[in-house]
Amino acid sequence: MKIVVLVKQVPDSGAERNLRSDDSTVDRDSANNVINEMDEYAIEEALKLREAHGGEVTILTMGPERAAESIRKALSMGPDKAVHVLDDALHGSCALATSKVLAAALKTLEPDLVIAGAESTDARGQVLPHMLAERLGAAALTGARKLTVDGATLTIERQTEEGYEVVTASTPAVVSVWDTINEPRYPSFKGIMEAKKKPVQTLSLGDLGIDAGEVGFGGASTAVVEHARRPPRQGGTRVNDDGEGGVKLVEFLVSEKFV
Amino acid sequence: MAEVLVLVKPSQGKVTKSTLEALTIARGLGEPAAVVVGEPGLASSITDKLGEYGAAKVYVAESDEFGDYLVTPQVAVLEKLVRDGEPAAVLIPSTQEGKEVAGRLAVRLGNGVLTDVVSLDTDGIATQVVFAGSTIVKSKVSRGIPLVTIRPSSVTPTPAPTTPSVEPVAVALGEADRLARVKERVTEAKGARPELTEASIVVSGGRGVGSADNFKLVEELADLLGAAVGASRAATDSGFYPHQFQVGQTGKTVSPQLYVALGISGAIQHRAGMQTSKTIVAVNKDNEAPIFELADFGVVGDLFKVVPQAAEEIRKHKA
Ligand SMILES: Cc1cc2nc3c(=O)[nH]c(=O)nc-3n(C[C@H](O)[C@H](O)[C@H](O)COP(=O)(O)OP(=O)(O)OC[C@H]3O[C@@H](n4cnc5c(N)ncnc54)[C@H](O)[C@@H]3O)c2cc1C
Ligand SMILES: Nc1ncnc2c1ncn2[C@@H]1O[C@H](COP(=O)(O)O)[C@@H](O)[C@H]1O
Repeated sequence: MKIVVLVKQVPDSGAERNLRSDDSTVDRDSANNVINEMDEYAIEEALKLREAHGGEVTILTMGPERAAESIRKALSMGPDKAVHVLDDALHGSCALATSKVLAAALKTLEPDLVIAGAESTDARGQVLPHMLAERLGAAALTGARKLTVDGATLTIERQTEEGYEVVTASTPAVVSVWDTINEPRYPSFKGIMEAKKKPVQTLSLGDLGIDAGEVGFGGASTAVVEHARRPPRQGGTRVNDDGEGGVKLVEFLVSEKFV
Repeated sequence: MAEVLVLVKPSQGKVTKSTLEALTIARGLGEPAAVVVGEPGLASSITDKLGEYGAAKVYVAESDEFGDYLVTPQVAVLEKLVRDGEPAAVLIPSTQEGKEVAGRLAVRLGNGVLTDVVSLDTDGIATQVVFAGSTIVKSKVSRGIPLVTIRPSSVTPTPAPTTPSVEPVAVALGEADRLARVKERVTEAKGARPELTEASIVVSGGRGVGSADNFKLVEELADLLGAAVGASRAATDSGFYPHQFQVGQTGKTVSPQLYVALGISGAIQHRAGMQTSKTIVAVNKDNEAPIFELADFGVVGDLFKVVPQAAEEIRKHKA
């Protein structure tokens, strides 16, 4: 099975993140840039499928030059190779344009299965996997907490508010996964060494036959008008439990009319 | 007045609060038209409720087959309504499915999309709260009409009763809409507690709760307050509580009137899901826990002492 895993580099969600004051894009210079956490689960799921069914796992990333670090990190977990869509004209691209570029790259790779994270920690859009399925005419099995593969038939379990759904489709398909699906492996020393030699193909917009005007700020379908830091919340009253902590807590709730 | 389409999110035959919130926001932009997509009989049971919250029109697309597919029936119906009717905007509750509908629809229409919007101005400028609640962004859709998903609990739904006209919409699914099929829908008993993202009070437990069994304490306090129960990732990962109740970056975003954090340290990723709560209360034995930086009322103490005492006090108060 030919599997492509979509990996996005994002600013670490555990530290302060900012938008740039000049063009309102994510400030990557001041951030610690890491693999989007959900995408590690996507990689793990692909590796498990390769172990069980054979085939090949390719990492696909669209992102600036420094995203190459995340690609190497991803490869150190075990995938075979990577494709990096890299072009200065991509800076400022909206989700719609990103999906156009990734779909074009996927068409050159002709995968049976595309696995993505369910959402990215920076955009939190959850929109890319369905956008890609729509553009590729592939089935969308999104938000999986479990994936089973039987020949060309894929079945997922998807958590809902009411319980869960079992959804099935044939390849080619786009699957997106949550962190409940598996436990990503840590790269081994051998994996890290091997990753240095694995092939990473760089594709430009020209290679994909996409005009620079269709992406970036010029081709964007959404625009930031303004942004500002939200004033941090102020802590209020704090009491030490002297044996009456629960009573004081309820006094507060009563004063605020919650009880 | 221009029509504003609001995709109805039903849950077990009822209209969700997130739908009523979207209708409330829609009224600021034009005349709300609710869009009901589902199996036959769905619309008739919810039309009154939609009218109560200002839907001047209810578009009804019903088919036996719609329940077999995720997302694509809604996309097909909205695509048709946008192409035929030139609405001023499309509003969709920001659930997983809602965002997916919006993404797919955006591609079909070549229209920009904004997710997790908390408010929408008359001129279509949308406000989002990003980066774990630390940054406010105002954006607009610059290609097409405002196509936005509305984050739950962004507004208080207010009634504006009308008697809606009902208009059937006939849409046939295409081949590409039928690629993924729902084989089974499993409903899990969830008791009488309110929906996590819709509750006006949420009581959450973290690693400090210590075990699945101890979560009974969290549930007890929640039930006394009529609250939903939430959990930190450490608590769900440790198996103390089911994953679907996780609050935070990778879980649910909640914005209740009151959020009670028990044995939760308050990591950035947890704050991401609860920072916009109106009032925050925390119980933690560590005076240095970052959760206290945002708590309106904090008790530094052992939750196994504080919570049972609080429960007892509430009972006394109620009696
Ligand atoms: C990409 C990414 C996404 C993440 N997404 C989420 C998310 O969606 N939601 C989330 O919650 N986390 C998320 N996390 C994890 C987050 O960073 C924290 O690890 C997690 O929130 C910690 O949970 P906790 O506060 O319950 O546990 P801890 O940090 O271990 O805190 C437990 C607290 O309980 C207190 N305590 C212990 N015993 C008692 C007692 N008897 N009485 C009172 N207090 C007591 C301790 O003092 C401590 O402050 C994410 C992390 C990453 C990297
Ligand atoms: N620039 C990108 N390059 C590769 N994959 C991406 C990119 N952006 C998003 N994705 C994938 O799409 C998923 C969902 O992203 P989002 O819709 O932004 O929440 C991510 O988890 C990634 O797997």
